[in-house]
Amino acid sequence: MESDYAIVGGGVVGLAVAYGLLGLGRRVTVLDEGDGAWRASRGNFGLIWVQGKGLDAPAYARWTRRSAAAWKDFAAELREESGCDLALRQEGGLDFHLDEASLAARAARLAALREALGGEYPFEVLGSSALRREEPEVGPRVAGAILHAEDGHVNPLRLLRTLAFLVRARGGTVRTGVTVAAAAPSAGGVRLKTAAGETVEAGRVVLCAGLGAARLGPMLGFRAPVRPQRGQVMITERLARLMRRPSAILRQVDEGGVQIGDSSEEVGFDDRDTLAVTAANARRAVRIFPALERARVVRSWAALRVMSPDGLPIYQRSTTVPGAWLVTCHSGITLAAAHARLIPLWLEGRDGAPDLEAFGEQRFPL
Amino acid sequence: MADADLVVIGAGPAGTAAARTAADAGARVIVLDEQPAAGGQIYRAVGQTTEALAAILGPDYRAGRDLVAALDHTNIRHLPGATVWRVDPDGTVCVSVAGRGRKLAGRRLLLATGALERPVPIPGWTLPGVMTAGAAQILLKTAAMVPRATVLAGSGPLLYLLAQQLVRAGRPPLALVETRLPSAWRAAWRHGPGAFRGWRTLARGAGMLAAIRRAGIPRYRGATGLAVEGAAQAEALRFTAGGREHRIPCRTVLLHQGVVPNIQITGALRLPHLWDAAQRCFRPVVDEWGGTALEMVFVAGDGAGIAGAGAAALAGRIAALQAVHGLGLIDAGARDAAAAPLRRALARERAARPLLDALYPPSPEVLRPDDATIVCRCEEVTAGEIRALAGLGCLGPNQLKAFSRAGMGPCQGRYCGLTVTELLAEATGRPPGEVGYYRLRTPLKPVTLGELADLAPPEVRA
Amino acid sequence: MSSASPFERLSPPADTVTFTFEGETIAAAAGDTLAAALLAAGAGPLRRTPATGAPRGPWCMMGACYDCLVEVDGASVQACMTPVRKGMAVRRLDRVAGRHRG
Repeated sequence: MESDYAIVGGGVVGLAVAYGLLGLGRRVTVLDEGDGAWRASRGNFGLIWVQGKGLDAPAYARWTRRSAAAWKDFAAELREESGCDLALRQEGGLDFHLDEASLAARAARLAALREALGGEYPFEVLGSSALRREEPEVGPRVAGAILHAEDGHVNPLRLLRTLAFLVRARGGTVRTGVTVAAAAPSAGGVRLKTAAGETVEAGRVVLCAGLGAARLGPMLGFRAPVRPQRGQVMITERLARLMRRPSAILRQVDEGGVQIGDSSEEVGFDDRDTLAVTAANARRAVRIFPALERARVVRSWAALRVMSPDGLPIYQRSTTVPGAWLVTCHSGITLAAAHARLIPLWLEGRDGAPDLEAFGEQRFPL
Repeated sequence: MADADLVVIGAGPAGTAAARTAADAGARVIVLDEQPAAGGQIYRAVGQTTEALAAILGPDYRAGRDLVAALDHTNIRHLPGATVWRVDPDGTVCVSVAGRGRKLAGRRLLLATGALERPVPIPGWTLPGVMTAGAAQILLKTAAMVPRATVLAGSGPLLYLLAQQLVRAGRPPLALVETRLPSAWRAAWRHGPGAFRGWRTLARGAGMLAAIRRAGIPRYRGATGLAVEGAAQAEALRFTAGGREHRIPCRTVLLHQGVVPNIQITGALRLPHLWDAAQRCFRPVVDEWGGTALEMVFVAGDGAGIAGAGAAALAGRIAALQAVHGLGLIDAGARDAAAAPLRRALARERAARPLLDALYPPSPEVLRPDDATIVCRCEEVTAGEIRALAGLGCLGPNQLKAFSRAGMGPCQGRYCGLTVTELLAEATGRPPGEVGYYRLRTPLKPVTLGELADLAPPEVRA
Repeated sequence: MSSASPFERLSPPADTVTFTFEGETIAAAAGDTLAAALLAAGAGPLRRTPATGAPRGPWCMMGACYDCLVEVDGASVQACMTPVRKGMAVRRLDRVAGRHRG
């Protein structure tokens, strides 16, 4: 047996779990596909986002906040070990509203969540003038925003690269260009077959294959009901500093470009961007920050979110194949700290393991 | 409702010839071109040139006047200054004209976006004063400007042509530094009788070389280790040739390593491309009519594979015939009858190409530069960083882009993409065609959020 | 500035148009692109790179490389694709929001 764990999937989720397991002294092999795979880790928005997560699921809100709270220390650790600064900023995030009614409605829902969480959920409603004190460049059509103190953002591509580097540096094996075609229980644990016909044996397998879990999951006793949800994103040329805080629909990245996004479409495995959505996103961005009108978009793209039926992560140990686990979510950046630090404890059944009962597959009706 | 039967993108030899052929067959044609006047780069500003300048540029340039004049036809609308930034598989073209975004639809599209200079990553190639040979030609054609104290360096007939033009202008270059090895001739001979037809081109080349010799311009061959020195601008070109190190103080360095197809639109449309091993570049897969995997999309000219201006015009006409046939404007018999002589002429034009490709190969040093050399000009990513990331498991350019930011700048990989492919091929021991190219993204050219917002669908009020 | 120019005009321009670059008045030939006019005037680098602040000037002159970006009325434009207009106020593009390497 070469490895204690085989991790299927070398995106941010798989690499974070691998990184954490290596920290616990386990031997880990990550199997990752090639250059053209569906990769949410390469196309995402880079937010560490709390507000609005789990509005109807306080367990998810708690899990998200737990990861967000661990991020500062996690980023410092990655920096210490790799020398790479992830440009983490957790100084709060804004949810802009163009009219008073939608601002009030959102505030009411967040207040209800605060109640459900026992009264501690640090958000405030910024009216027109309060918002302009925080973000002087905001345009006249913005009615206000909700500021949540726990929101932030990070450079997601640098996170991916740093994890890819550190998993190797910690002694893990990362094999790229490997497509896992089949998985089955074996005497020693789990046997994986690659598309090239090779067999990989591991005591335990963690399926972190994103959208690939829908295909591989049933072979290991999971239902893995994940589907692609398209999000379209674009980024401008590098600009002088224009905004202080990120929002769910636009943020200024550390290199200076303004990233604009937040669309969701159910179009299957189609990751083309469209004129209608990018143009509508552009119009909205210019309304919020009128100075953006003359900023140039250098690149637009679409990526496929890994979406479960209720939008929550799935953390499930296989009930039929001992040694198989499923870890999947659509907020791999926000949850990266929890995935690196807590999921390994859960996999290993150690002290401090989180209670992930609420995220099991039993919640999905048959 | 389509705005035109045929939308042509690019008003160089292929685009103008195609537009005229389609218009003559009764098609309504829109020609979109980014420059202020038709002609493409080869015939840049040919309609505005003076006699004195035309004499410097030579008879081949003058011949472009007829091509540009062919756009004068009642069925053709030529929109100059039109920057195409998005093309969708349904034939929708998004374009900016004078700072406003607009949308056009054609029943057929002809992509005639020509060539780009191959990237020339050598140390110092990002310094001000270092430009492509093509850039110097553009300055000559459009502004009657010539470089001072210049060295021409690289590989390819364009260097000879430019040197000859500078001699005619009375401003000969300080030196001509060729990376081509004398052994390139031996490789070229192997093309044998098929290459025979290339002699006309070669004879022209011989004429240029004679002019260079008469002007007393020092010529170095088999040069290696080219590097531009300078703090804030080019100050000298350093290289090794004939077993000696040379350093030529200069103020401008004009680099050239041949040209490669501009595949930004075909790539963004996700059309199939293949690796052209002889020309060391990707080109879109096209059929004998310039047709692609999308029925309505055609590609003609250097954008479909480098073959030169003469071949481009012929390929444009051939593609236009098929496009107007598809629209029901001419029957198959008329199409084939008109295409036959064009195909024969095209075969003659293309016959010279393998010989030229073998004679003027790009220098291995620019295909796979030293570690310290900048590869991605926009994001300043070096060859060494790219090799290191290959060691981190990057199998292709897209993971590499995510890890390094190479290709993420405003040029969108135009001047680093092929180098990245070559470096990854070298590092992973796989052929470049398997390594692949960047997934090309819209906008094809950076567009303002305001121009993009111009095209947003009307808002539905609740 | 023209003595510092890396390029020269084969004949003096018939019509000239003036504009400013970094506040300094420059005479261009009518019909020039900004890139041609700035090269002829020996205006020095047209931009500094956002990543390291390195100086850059025109490379391709055909709208492909984006190394000749300058700032006009707060927007970045390609100098080689922009015709000179009388009175244009042009600045060196030098935006520093993200100048550091990761």
